[in-house]
Amino acid sequence: MNDTLANTEKKTAYILTLPAVFLVFAIILFPIFANVWISFKEVELKDIRIPEPRAKKIVKSISDEPSKIKVLYKLRNSSLIQEIRDVSFKDSYPKKFEIENLDPRCKYIKSSLKCEFGNWPAKYKENFQVIFVTTDGSKIDKKSLKSIKPKLDGKSDNILLNTSFTLKNFKNVLFENEFIDLLLTTFYYTFFGTVGSIVFGILTAQMVNQKFYGRTFMRSVLLFPYVAPVVALAYTWELLLDPNSGTLNSLLLNYQIIETPINLLGQKYVEISILGFDFKLRLALTTVIMFEIWRYFPLAFLFILARLQAIPKELYEAADVDGASPFQKFFKITLPQITAVISILFMIRFIWNFNKFEDVFLLTGGASGTRTLPINVYQQGFAISDIGMGSAVSIVIVVLLLMFMFFYFRLLGKRVDEN
Amino acid sequence: MKTKNTIIYSLISTFFLIFLISIWKILATLQGLSIKSFNIEILFIFGFLISIAHLAIGNRIKSIYKSIIFSTIFVFCDGFLIQKLPIWYNIGTFLILYFFTTKIGKYSLVGLKEEHSTQVILFDFLTLFGILFFSFVILFPFYMMFVTSFKTQIALLVNPLDFSINFTQDLKDLFKSYFVIFKSYKFGKYILTSTIVSVGTVIITLLFAIPAAYAVARLNFFGKTFLSTSILIIYMFPAIVLVIPLYTIFSQLGLRNSIEGLLIVYTATTLPVAIYMLQGYFKSIPKELEEAAILDKLSWFGIITKIIIPLSIPAISSVALYVFMIAWNEFLFSLMFLDNPNSFTLSRAIQYLSGDAETPRQYLMAGSVVVTLPVLFIFVYFEKYLVSGLTAGSVKG
Repeated sequence: MNDTLANTEKKTAYILTLPAVFLVFAIILFPIFANVWISFKEVELKDIRIPEPRAKKIVKSISDEPSKIKVLYKLRNSSLIQEIRDVSFKDSYPKKFEIENLDPRCKYIKSSLKCEFGNWPAKYKENFQVIFVTTDGSKIDKKSLKSIKPKLDGKSDNILLNTSFTLKNFKNVLFENEFIDLLLTTFYYTFFGTVGSIVFGILTAQMVNQKFYGRTFMRSVLLFPYVAPVVALAYTWELLLDPNSGTLNSLLLNYQIIETPINLLGQKYVEISILGFDFKLRLALTTVIMFEIWRYFPLAFLFILARLQAIPKELYEAADVDGASPFQKFFKITLPQITAVISILFMIRFIWNFNKFEDVFLLTGGASGTRTLPINVYQQGFAISDIGMGSAVSIVIVVLLLMFMFFYFRLLGKRVDEN
Repeated sequence: MKTKNTIIYSLISTFFLIFLISIWKILATLQGLSIKSFNIEILFIFGFLISIAHLAIGNRIKSIYKSIIFSTIFVFCDGFLIQKLPIWYNIGTFLILYFFTTKIGKYSLVGLKEEHSTQVILFDFLTLFGILFFSFVILFPFYMMFVTSFKTQIALLVNPLDFSINFTQDLKDLFKSYFVIFKSYKFGKYILTSTIVSVGTVIITLLFAIPAAYAVARLNFFGKTFLSTSILIIYMFPAIVLVIPLYTIFSQLGLRNSIEGLLIVYTATTLPVAIYMLQGYFKSIPKELEEAAILDKLSWFGIITKIIIPLSIPAISSVALYVFMIAWNEFLFSLMFLDNPNSFTLSRAIQYLSGDAETPRQYLMAGSVVVTLPVLFIFVYFEKYLVSGLTAGSVKG
């Protein structure tokens, strides 16, 4: 009896979870495996269109012979890589047409021309020409002849399903000259974006945790950048920072702080000399990181504030009795209480910033030294149209991500053990 | 010790005053005033003198008169002698000074002798500074976005610093950018598409997530722990690595440029967090209610619709709002999957608009206002629900 109850429970559970599990599997897990598959293939954007036989029909009249006409078909295989098998061709003509030179591959029955062209290798091209004569010697209307489109059909392999693999994509990705630079840029972007957002999160959380007039309003305002659509924010920042008529540059010029406008999003380096040391600051990258911090510190703020509000008041009261200074209270009580939240936040934000695409894409498009790994996926896959390369970069991202996750869960596991 | 504390106090409060006046000057410049310099040296001297004078006078004058006297002196010197500026600017300065002097009002010579007094002052001013600084830094882009959408191309080019809106003009001229984007750029259609996609995602996600979350929260089955841990791991997986395979598969299936395609992807990407948030809440519902229902021979469908859903309306609404926001703001997939202007969502439409260098910026900003306002409105109105959603599902972003 008990057994059957447990069985029904199991069954119900599977029925309830199956739709969700299936959808997540199809859209999230399957693509990750598909990525591995594609990354070992030489696929370009145009190849994922299934190859088709194509014909361009050109009608030419023959001089001095108005009753004859030449129809030229420029036949080609649309794919540069794949062959098409058993190509068949069909076109029809006005009734009173007679064919003059019938190709051995074709049949002309009831004013329609049917041909079997056999197999077309990749890049195949042929000029197929037919000459027609009208039976009653009347003039030929070129337009009506042109308006009928030939039909072509053929079988082809889906390039994604064949079993030819190559390591070329990974070779290109990993041994590209800029790969180290790419990794470094991604690392800078991720690391400073994460640390910055956490630092500002701590400051703002500490601030809102005091009592002051308009505190709830302040809490809402602080979350605005996080909840507003990235597209709107990115373009607003772009206008704000625009070197020609952006507000920031105009303000700085107005107060004579700078003499020439700074192109904050379009300049790769800026030279700064401090105490005789010359530094090259990556200007556009710094700006993009600033945007990142601006947009994501609210999340850290929210987390840390929730933790701060859970700290028992007695701790601070006891510290007051002992005559602790505000700084001592912050470093000895507050900070130790929020380290757990910070460490989790750090890992989460690190992973998400590492994969952040939209922000950089909208602000700079990856120009002026802001090309990160996710931007590279897009550029390889869609700008250079090399899907295989794009996939290979994605795989590099996944591998690095898995390494992060491994450490993350080991850290988390340790923490659970300690408590 | 006392002199050191006094000097530190004066410096900190002076810097705070400089900061306040500078922000006010920036805002005034943006209203079309021609202010060419912050006059930091003069501000510094004034601030320092006011801070010291405040301590020196102490309680001999009632603090309200003291504040008014200080403010008036400052406004007189700053607004009339040094630079000639309109009256509204000076009223603003007066109010700022009044605010400042009441803030320093609680410090006295006696108080400065106390232990840690400089640290207390530093903390107080840092908090004040932080509140104003972050409000300014966060609200300024939104303010700019809003104002720019009401300007004309020429006005923007002639004086990029003039943020004032001319309310005397015709309403038609004032809202011209909005009329244009709705008429010429078909924004009405994009709003509709975005709404359909976002609301559709919310509905489908809830339909899938509620039963699954119930199963994870309540039922015992093989693979339950695996499922609940993998939910979180899957949620950490980034959209950018899904893009290429989904693009190829969707191209071959003909799902690109379709609302259905977007719905499938959005639902799948929000499902893990929805399940995670809901199952946490379901676990907090007392089991006894369901046990009674089982005795009444209610099926699992009955239990979910008659007991679980009515009891977890707060959690469900916070999940719904959160999912709506993700779907409304989503950009990456709409960029990849939509290239036909007929099926654009709002975000994609704005990006498309900006791709044309000829597009006047006020149209771009009007579009941004249109996409931002609904989200901000929902956020402010349902803040309580959304904040709990954000905290629970906060990994996303």
